Amino acid sequence: MQQIINFIIRNKNFLLFLLLFSISILFTIQSHSYHRSKFINSANFLSGGIYNSAHKISTYFNLKSQNQLLFEENKRLKSLLYNLENTGHFTYSDSLLLNKSYYFSNAQVIKNSYSATDNVLLINKGTNDSIQQDFGVITTKGIVGIVDKTSGNFANVISILNSTSSISAQLKKTSHYGSLTWDAKNPALVQLKDIPKIAKVLVGDTIVTSGQSSIFPKDIPIGVIENYNLDAAENYYEINVALFNDMTNLEYVYIIKNTNKPEITNLLNE
Amino acid sequence: MNNIFSVDSIRFIVLVLIQVLVCNNINFFGYINPYPYILFIALFPVKSNRVVFILASFLLGLTNDMFLDSGGIHAAACVFIAYVRPVILKFSFGTIYEHHTIKFASIAFGSKLTYITLLVTLHHIILFSLQVFSVSKIIFVLQKTLFSSMFTILLSMIITIIFSQKPK
Repeated sequence: MQQIINFIIRNKNFLLFLLLFSISILFTIQSHSYHRSKFINSANFLSGGIYNSAHKISTYFNLKSQNQLLFEENKRLKSLLYNLENTGHFTYSDSLLLNKSYYFSNAQVIKNSYSATDNVLLINKGTNDSIQQDFGVITTKGIVGIVDKTSGNFANVISILNSTSSISAQLKKTSHYGSLTWDAKNPALVQLKDIPKIAKVLVGDTIVTSGQSSIFPKDIPIGVIENYNLDAAENYYEINVALFNDMTNLEYVYIIKNTNKPEITNLLNE
Repeated sequence: MNNIFSVDSIRFIVLVLIQVLVCNNINFFGYINPYPYILFIALFPVKSNRVVFILASFLLGLTNDMFLDSGGIHAAACVFIAYVRPVILKFSFGTIYEHHTIKFASIAFGSKLTYITLLVTLHHIILFSLQVFSVSKIIFVLQKTLFSSMFTILLSMIITIIFSQKPK
């Protein structure tokens, strides 16, 4: 017994090192598995608060370009509104009557990241604004990611620029679908895999979300095909997709809640 | 003793804030960021208790992980270089280290460069191999390590030169 205690005292530095090192490796391994991740995350009072106050200052620097983006979106929505076939008969006074299956709320990105292999964003809405795990996040131009951990006022978003993220996407023209992943090399290019060889793929074709995941609605734009080749087994295409979104200057995002989701997951689990 | 402790705590907070708010947003060539926060580990008093030192380094790494949402990669790299620091000190400074009389402000440029280079390279290799977490992408890991190390070493040397008190 004496010897064991002596051994521990003699090697206390090494044992402490071993303990702390294994704890950190454990955290690392957890963070590499999707959605069981992040015991330590930035959606908390301290880091969220610091990022929020820093963002209040830095947000002034790109007001002009963000204004331009909102302006363009307004233009697009206006043209949609006035070109509807039965114009002039909007008499909805209560939004509940619309019986929407997707609810949108807006948020601001207060921490962006695109240089690591597993990028996670931080937005300034949380459970107090009824944001929950697995809500989709998009901008006016295309998709951004999926909400992961939430706290009262902040939420982490797993970006599409994350090696654990995999989003169902399809060719807009022919509806062949595959999964969207990222090879951690270029923040402007993502990879679409598992598109069958039989599909007609052309450079410049548009890629949209497939609506199969119950997170994103169908037909949200993602990007266009930059180039493509067959995989090693020559059965499926591997396609490089140039994103519509500039993931390096995200500011205003929309969060999508699918109100039918509990029903869909229930049905699938039966 | 009290004075040294407070200097180190202030250095901890300032370096973490610089790292999180400035250095992580540089993204030189798209992905190259310096990590000068490990100066805290490099400049920690040599004479201090090793248990306290390793615990402080773990806390430093974990704080960075919390801000960067990176699991435990910074904590692992920091704990490792904190544990091997005596060996690196002995290698870089030779016999001066044996007598425990190192003053970081007054050592020669060459040995300081060796010391910081070794610490930074070790830290970055562990950091990026855990971040990429795939043996097949070893070239990518080495490439990231090389570029980020150069950036970090340059920045760390500049910071230590600017903020060192001249021996009287």
